[in-house]
Amino acid sequence: MGLVGFIARRAAFSLLLLLIVSFLVFGLTAAAPGSQLTALLGGRPPTPEQVAALNEQYHLNDPFFQQYGRWLINAVQLDFGTSSVAGVSVTQQIGQYLPITAQLAAMALVLSLIVSVPAGLFAGIGRGGKLDRTVSLLTVGGMSSPPYAVGILLIFVLGVKLSVLPVYGAGEGGGDRFVHLILPAITLTIGLAAIVARQTRASTLTVMQQDYITFARARGLSPRRILVVYALRNSALPVVTSAGLLLISLISGAVLVEQVFSLPGLGQLIVSSVQQADLPVIQGVTMVLALVVILTNFAVELLSLLIDPRTRYAAKG
Amino acid sequence: MLAAAFVLLVTVLAVAGQLFTPADPDKQSLLDAAKGPSSGHLLGTDDLGRDVLSRLMQGTLSAVSGPVCVALGTMVLGTALGLLAGYYGGRVDALVTLLSDVLYSLPFMLIAIVVVGVVGTGYWLTVALLIALMFPFALRLVRSATRVQSRLPYVEAARTLGVPDRRVVTHHVLPNVSPIIVANILLDFVTAIIAFSALTFLGLGSRAGSSDWGTMLADGQKLIYDNPWMAIVPALLIALTCISATVLGDWFYDRLSARSEER
Repeated sequence: MGLVGFIARRAAFSLLLLLIVSFLVFGLTAAAPGSQLTALLGGRPPTPEQVAALNEQYHLNDPFFQQYGRWLINAVQLDFGTSSVAGVSVTQQIGQYLPITAQLAAMALVLSLIVSVPAGLFAGIGRGGKLDRTVSLLTVGGMSSPPYAVGILLIFVLGVKLSVLPVYGAGEGGGDRFVHLILPAITLTIGLAAIVARQTRASTLTVMQQDYITFARARGLSPRRILVVYALRNSALPVVTSAGLLLISLISGAVLVEQVFSLPGLGQLIVSSVQQADLPVIQGVTMVLALVVILTNFAVELLSLLIDPRTRYAAKG
Repeated sequence: MLAAAFVLLVTVLAVAGQLFTPADPDKQSLLDAAKGPSSGHLLGTDDLGRDVLSRLMQGTLSAVSGPVCVALGTMVLGTALGLLAGYYGGRVDALVTLLSDVLYSLPFMLIAIVVVGVVGTGYWLTVALLIALMFPFALRLVRSATRVQSRLPYVEAARTLGVPDRRVVTHHVLPNVSPIIVANILLDFVTAIIAFSALTFLGLGSRAGSSDWGTMLADGQKLIYDNPWMAIVPALLIALTCISATVLGDWFYDRLSARSEER
């Protein structure tokens, strides 16, 4: 099997995955207690004409698979219908809430890479040393403390006691927005940085035991050169491949962090639409987030083919 | 050791919270509402004047028992299917791998929020849902460990001696993959406790006015200027419980795998 075949197979798998997710998302929300009709009526006492009109408009009397097919065709064109609470199109709503989540995620990602890659690298090199033990302890702490708990502790220390940073809302304009996102981003970073540091440390450990490192040392290369050219480059691959995992924990974390800091992002959109049983929005946001995750995983696979020639041979089989 | 002590403390809290609390956790007193710590109320009171310490103690059992069930359920399902898939391979293996691939590429918390929010499940259904979402991860772990073991000479030797497959799996392979399983129970417990209190924090999966840690954290955040202890203590409790369980899990794993190497 050639390289193209491998890529095609992975692409097909990603598509299949997307289809499964779409089916689950549609099926789940259709199976929700309380019919879609009551959700659409929104508590108003229904007249028979209204019921008939809504049935007509949303095709509620059609067989399940027909409904699913229609929904899927629209969804492919990024049309998820109209929010039954806000009355605007779901796509428009997602466009409105997405920027905050994207900015928050980008800040957290940059911050966590800056902190965790060097930490993991040095911990892996000085295995068993004081730095290694400190880093390992911190990663255990970071990975197992839930973001909402961390967020509230940070709010208390930096927001309430020292009142140096804003703890609520998203702020207006560029600079203000940035300041408002600092605390949420730090909260998200703690979990992320722990994952990245752990990965970097583990892969550095493996790399440092390789013969070419011993050989490079024997050749008398400077420790700095060994570190950058040999260790960092070769430990990068497992870190890159964990990007999908990172993204998943980023999204899960963002949902909670946005709630803690009252940020109007996608996470808050999904939580409020879940509370209000706003089916089209739930379906739309879930699909968009799943799409992002699946695309990232696919891109990572392609990227690792590019970075590491060995995976290319493995793919050829 | 500190970690073990803390897990023990939480266990004691969970039991003691049902038997005895310093004050009635449901007794309201609007005159004393949202006060800081005092001699009568060590951690102060909430917005309805209920004693925070007592409510935390009462909530410990429901905060911990659900995740314990999730961890055990995940372990049983994951181990059984993982052994099957890893030992026999073939079609079972392919199906099981596909299943875990699907769940691997989805944001786990998001699904939990959507399902619990939309279907509106109760406490035990949330437990079942978390097991369903988490067991593929345990399965994958057990499966790959089993694959490694089942290629080793001792498995082949047992087979040659005519030991039936079922006995080979339960008596020969299982003991050798058990360190991973045991360590994983604790890590699953951590994931479950985070997911559980996240759901209750968002106001899903539990009744309003209950004394779950997550619910208390959410209520406490609103009162952070009046009685910060109501937010800080649940936050610390959740974080410390999770960290201790992780440390214990790692420790178990190191110890058990070191012991099986000696053999």
